[in-house]
Amino acid sequence: MSLPFILFFAFAVIAVAGALLLILAREPIHSALSLVLVMISLAALYLLLGAEFIAAVQIIVYAGAVMVLFVFVIMLLNAGMEERTNWSSIAKYAGVPLGVFLLLELAHWMARAGPGVGIANGAARAANTAVSTRALSALLFQKYLFPFEATSILILIAVLGALVLAKRDE
Amino acid sequence: MEFITQHPVLVVSLVKIAVLMFVMLTVLAYLSWFERKIIAHIQSRWGPYYVGAHGLLQPLADGVKFLFKEDLTPPASDKFIFLLAPFLALTLSLTTLALIPFGPATVYILGHETRLVVANVDIGLLALFAITSMGVYGVALAGWSSNSKYSLLGGLRSSAQMISYEVSLTLSVIGVVLVANTLNFNELVNSQSGYYWHFLPRWHIGPQFVGFLCYFTSAIAETNRAPFDLPEGEQELVGGFHTEYSSFKFAMFFMAEYANMITVSCLATILFLGGWLSPFPERWTVLQYLPAVSLFALAAYLAYDTVKHMRGLARIQLAIVTLLAIGLGALCLAPAVMPVIQGPFWFLLKIGLLMFFYVWTRSTLPRMRYDQLMSFGWKLLLPVSLLNLIVTSFWIIWPLLRAR
Repeated sequence: MSLPFILFFAFAVIAVAGALLLILAREPIHSALSLVLVMISLAALYLLLGAEFIAAVQIIVYAGAVMVLFVFVIMLLNAGMEERTNWSSIAKYAGVPLGVFLLLELAHWMARAGPGVGIANGAARAANTAVSTRALSALLFQKYLFPFEATSILILIAVLGALVLAKRDE
Repeated sequence: MEFITQHPVLVVSLVKIAVLMFVMLTVLAYLSWFERKIIAHIQSRWGPYYVGAHGLLQPLADGVKFLFKEDLTPPASDKFIFLLAPFLALTLSLTTLALIPFGPATVYILGHETRLVVANVDIGLLALFAITSMGVYGVALAGWSSNSKYSLLGGLRSSAQMISYEVSLTLSVIGVVLVANTLNFNELVNSQSGYYWHFLPRWHIGPQFVGFLCYFTSAIAETNRAPFDLPEGEQELVGGFHTEYSSFKFAMFFMAEYANMITVSCLATILFLGGWLSPFPERWTVLQYLPAVSLFALAAYLAYDTVKHMRGLARIQLAIVTLLAIGLGALCLAPAVMPVIQGPFWFLLKIGLLMFFYVWTRSTLPRMRYDQLMSFGWKLLLPVSLLNLIVTSFWIIWPLLRAR
């Protein structure tokens, strides 16, 4: 019952609750805020794994920039409440059992894999495997330099695409 | 008692958090007094004068007013988010103060030796940016959930401004990180020790002057202060995103704005102005008496004012403040306190200077129009920060390239 154990389960429960709220909420802004909650709990789980840089960057990039844009879009488009529909028969009778079966299969393979228990028991902290920013950056800019540069060009293409799409026709 | 001996780190952290919260909330309240007094004196008037001696009880009166005002909620608003937004804004602003180191010394709390910081994180700078980048939510959600045109426009403008200037804020800081080669706040301050030619302190404002200008301008825009405060300009948008908020929720936005100002000023002192380092050489040990001497000088001025100008209740109040100042000055002379108070004294002095600069620009400069504001941020500050980053990188790597 060590502190990493309690923290792991607390943040895991918050992440799952946020994900459920994301699909079940009626107002789109509530869904967006629950996705922010999921991002933050993922950052906390990264911290428990010893990846401090990734945790901080997860909050800066995902929770602080990407989700802000989601929230902007929802506000500007004034998306209304979701309509209540009767699910189609296939979804009701075959969907839920198939979803449960998928979850059971995932749980089976994860239990066989094993490292999750170690993380929950603070194995990452005990083995002192916290990756420093210095080590991460040495790896990123020396060994994986080409993928890094290729990704940045990909992002540039995305920005150019957005500019072209948003340009007004003159 | 066993709890304290079994979990010393937890209890000590709780004590530090309690002290920090108490001090910070008082400082936030009196920052409003400070701002009103300085703006008033720049405009040739007195500001708050009658509520306590020299208006010193004005923040208390404002607090009582905020608590007892009617708490309105717009009828068609999203109630959960309407409640959430001010809490989010204030909580995030106050959380960042846990990362800031106030001094180099170690103190003994409950028998446990600890430094003057609540959380000494290795990636302190990155964690601070993570928390401040979430601050956009408070403003955006407040504007949207008020269900009013003014609020929505103000909220959207304000959050767009905040995310725009956040980019140049972080870029202007990376130059300092390159020079100091670390993200930890303690290391950043320690890398600024030493002197050029034995008397000029080796603060990062020297080699990174352009970075400092970019940083401070972005900080003023990020905290929505004048001259970048169109989103909350009274003449244009009534109140902007906090139009529909009353009573304590409005006070929370108010406090959140001041807390943001304090946070960016703390960051500016740590990164550029040498944090808790004194600008004078270390050998001048007589300067150890400076906190006590300055408090005694303040007490002397207050005593003169009490005797010469104050009458009645204000006289008694100011006499009490004088005695408080004398007491604090005597405390700073105590041998246990004197080495510890040096760091925080210089830190608070530098933050006070930056706060004064904030208030000075508010009362002097006219407001920028929104499109001017956005084009300034994207077309001027961002290229200048990038240029600063490129020049700093070349400056650092040039000796290594030449040696090849």
